[in-house]
Amino acid sequence: MHIPDGFLNAGTAAVTGVLSAGGIANAVRVTGKQLKEKQVPIMGVLAAFIFAAQMLNFPIAGGTSGHFMGAALAAVILGPWAGLLIMSCVLIAQCLIFQDGGLLALGANIFNMGIVGCFTSYFIYKLVVKIFPNTSNNKLIGGFVGAWIAIVLASAACAVELAVSGSSPFGVVLPAMVGIHALIGIIEGLITVAVLGAIKATRADLLEPAGITPEGATK
Amino acid sequence: MRSKWWLAALCVCLLVAVFSPLASSEPDGLERVAENKGFLELAGNSPFQIIADYVFPGIQNEAVATIIAGIIGTMLLFGMAYALAWVIVSSSKKKTVPKS
Repeated sequence: MHIPDGFLNAGTAAVTGVLSAGGIANAVRVTGKQLKEKQVPIMGVLAAFIFAAQMLNFPIAGGTSGHFMGAALAAVILGPWAGLLIMSCVLIAQCLIFQDGGLLALGANIFNMGIVGCFTSYFIYKLVVKIFPNTSNNKLIGGFVGAWIAIVLASAACAVELAVSGSSPFGVVLPAMVGIHALIGIIEGLITVAVLGAIKATRADLLEPAGITPEGATK
Repeated sequence: MRSKWWLAALCVCLLVAVFSPLASSEPDGLERVAENKGFLELAGNSPFQIIADYVFPGIQNEAVATIIAGIIGTMLLFGMAYALAWVIVSSSKKKTVPKS
């Protein structure tokens, strides 16, 4: 879902760029209060895993492939703000070194896959865990649903940006993007659940993500 | 060994990167939509290329070039996010410790 240069007009690139820069600045501020020293290597491992897993495109129907996004995985393990920092690291490296995603589109890509991806998946995850408090697999269910919704909404945000930029009409690009990513989202959800399941089996103590507000971390 | 769990996790990440040549080369969701809906030609090329398209330049064997790109990227991302988190954690600690 990495938008290349040329798909977005200057206004859309600028607005998403400002939003993403503001989001990252706030993420640095909030994680400064939330992040514990023992979580520093988790940040590194999550960024490394998301980068590696994003390289593994899997075939989806009709000569199309999809790849893991990872925003939900990061947000569910460390909270949405740390998740946004992880996604930003991945997207910045992909843009600058691997020429995946345009330079001017970097802000939009961080907005879609970082901000939209991490926050929607985190909200859905928390909601599912709240609805099923006594189900032992509630975190896995929340991870799956959160990951699916996150990639679908990220693709919808991408479609809105393309439509606003005049690359494709809204009524054409939105159903096309959401339709394909509803399929890719199933794989996204399964990978997220597989990793969360592995963590639950070995280090269940890691599955307590920090909250939206800095204070949420202290509980 | 429990304290070094993340070394094992990083090895898993590197193993994933080693499998990267098996990835599908079909266009991804956005590329497919751009192609089908006729706006793929709007895409511009990057003004510079370093390890473009996850293929390390100058290596004949594309699978090897992809694996090298994957390993470099995986290590780089570990280092980037680890360093960022370390700077954030250590600078916030300084703020809370009163200066004497």
